[in-house]
Amino acid sequence: MEGQDLPYVLIDHIGGKHGVYEDHVEFLEKHFHLITMTEYLENKKFLSKKIRAIYMWYHRPVINEELLQSLPNLKIVASSGVGIDHLDLKLISSYGVKVSNTPFVVSTDTADLGMALMLASSRRLVEGHQIAVSPDTEYFPADWLGAEVSGATLGIVGMGTIGYKVAERAKAFEMKILYHNRNRRNKEEESAVGAIYCKKIDDLLQQSDFVLLSVNLTPQTRKLIGKRELELMKPTATLINTSRGLVVDQDALVEALQNKVIKAAALDVTYPEPLPRDHPLLKLKNVIITPHIGSATKKTRRLMMENMMESIQAGLAGLPIPNEVLL
Amino acid sequence: MGEGELPGLLVNEIGGKHGILHGHVAFLKKHFYLITMKEFLEDRKRMSKKVQAIYLWWHKPVIDQELLQSLPNLKVIANSGVGMDHLDLKLVASFGVKMANAPRAVSSSTADTGMALLLASARRLVEGYHIAMSSGVEYCEADILGVEVTGATLGIIGMGSIGYKIALRAKAFEMNILYHNRTRRKEQEEQAVGATYCEKIDGLLQRADFVMVVVSLTPQTHKLIGKREMELMKPTATLINISRGAVVDQEALVTALQTGVIRAAALDVTYPEPLPRDHTLLKLKNVIITPHLGIKTDKATYMITEEAVENILAALNGLPIPSEVLPS
Repeated sequence: MEGQDLPYVLIDHIGGKHGVYEDHVEFLEKHFHLITMTEYLENKKFLSKKIRAIYMWYHRPVINEELLQSLPNLKIVASSGVGIDHLDLKLISSYGVKVSNTPFVVSTDTADLGMALMLASSRRLVEGHQIAVSPDTEYFPADWLGAEVSGATLGIVGMGTIGYKVAERAKAFEMKILYHNRNRRNKEEESAVGAIYCKKIDDLLQQSDFVLLSVNLTPQTRKLIGKRELELMKPTATLINTSRGLVVDQDALVEALQNKVIKAAALDVTYPEPLPRDHPLLKLKNVIITPHIGSATKKTRRLMMENMMESIQAGLAGLPIPNEVLL
Repeated sequence: MGEGELPGLLVNEIGGKHGILHGHVAFLKKHFYLITMKEFLEDRKRMSKKVQAIYLWWHKPVIDQELLQSLPNLKVIANSGVGMDHLDLKLVASFGVKMANAPRAVSSSTADTGMALLLASARRLVEGYHIAMSSGVEYCEADILGVEVTGATLGIIGMGSIGYKIALRAKAFEMNILYHNRTRRKEQEEQAVGATYCEKIDGLLQRADFVMVVVSLTPQTHKLIGKREMELMKPTATLINISRGAVVDQEALVTALQTGVIRAAALDVTYPEPLPRDHTLLKLKNVIITPHLGIKTDKATYMITEEAVENILAALNGLPIPSEVLPS
């Protein structure tokens, strides 16, 4: 009898690389009857009418027309993380299905990672670690230097929740902060972090020692940073990306790094993820890549799961949905 | 400008392993006649009287009785960086020679190093890098999760100028800051960073998620963090050392990391540097070691040389030395 009265929620799979975490499953199963894609496909006839919600973890399961058509009682899709570029919102809405994400819980972790990447890149931390542990190292050379973060100029492209938290952190490093955003922030917000608005992205690019991208991926921000933008940057500048791989023209970036048009890049996101193993970005010495760990802390992932659970419960009860994504 | 006009400045070497940076030479030559140790040893008779000052770069040249005795006109020794544990201060003073370090230039870049290590360790950046950059590394996302920095508790051991700059930075990450120091800071200084004083180190160790060691190396701070201290720390805590390797009991640290007594360590300093290539610390997954990054930026190193020159010129002109270090 256990689990029979609980709402049926579809998930992709448990464990493995990007599946729902085992310890999260334990908690979720107190509230939902979880059905994996494998179980669903084996028993479509019975389960398709039962499933009322989809719990999307790391962009899976993929929501397409076929799936939406076969789940007549689907009410809500809860998606992990803040990005929703992987969802066809119009399509989902046309089936009367609601969507939620987890926008606020990821902000501080992502801002922290942006700072971590900036510091690691500038101070050559990864390279330094390799030298420190390499079997060939006999001494630490005196003329091996990084670049200072304190007092440098940081240009934030996208001053939403995450971008603003980056600014708050960077201010404590006595950085000069420039920002470019669709809308200008108000005076109090600007002066609280000492941020200067650059209406034209060019001005930000030309003056920054570090350019940090924290925009949503939309048709307008796709390839926002291309050959032209990279050439406007200082040759001593570093590009940091914690938004989406597609915001940057990756081929143009490879060229810019190879030809020393910019100094370095630190990327938590690429397109695709992961990159093919023979991709030129993986061979460049002046690149740090991390496997999309912007929100990858135990605590935040747990909060994400709890938020998603709340959104699903509200959606199924016909109540206002926390973190609903509206068209 | 002949060699007779500018005061002689002895340096270990120019370039190479531990030498003065090439980019600083022009600036130094504006004020001094540069003499390398090699030149000095090749022509001791002539050079020994010329040397009025020594500029130490990465603790070299080594200052011993023999060297001090052979430099009759030596007035001042300027140290790059702030740590003076490699110098016998009493011995130097006994020759009537003054000493200076470079505290102003180092604090921001060393504080940045501390924060870089804290963030890299917490977010498992080096492990993530290997997964993202290497071919075919199998992993489970759940296994590479890090720990939060924002809102966590940072315990700073040693709240001098570097420790305080770390507190300023950590505050922006909404961290709860505890500190332990020989002396308590003024109330306004504490309030400005929201720091709580822990008179006993134990209280700090028991509560901190991150323990950042930022003390000078002295006989009192030698092996300050040992088995006892690490066992007081939370098993989820991270130890970050940016002071001197000898402040931490390295063997005790290996054991603590291997047995899960603490979660991880990030070390910019070890004893010795570099560690022997077969040292266990190099093999542990939960350790990040960096090659004494401390002040290794173009900007900081140049500022150190500027500060050293300022101190040397003051000493040679009989003026008060801005960053004089007296034997305690």
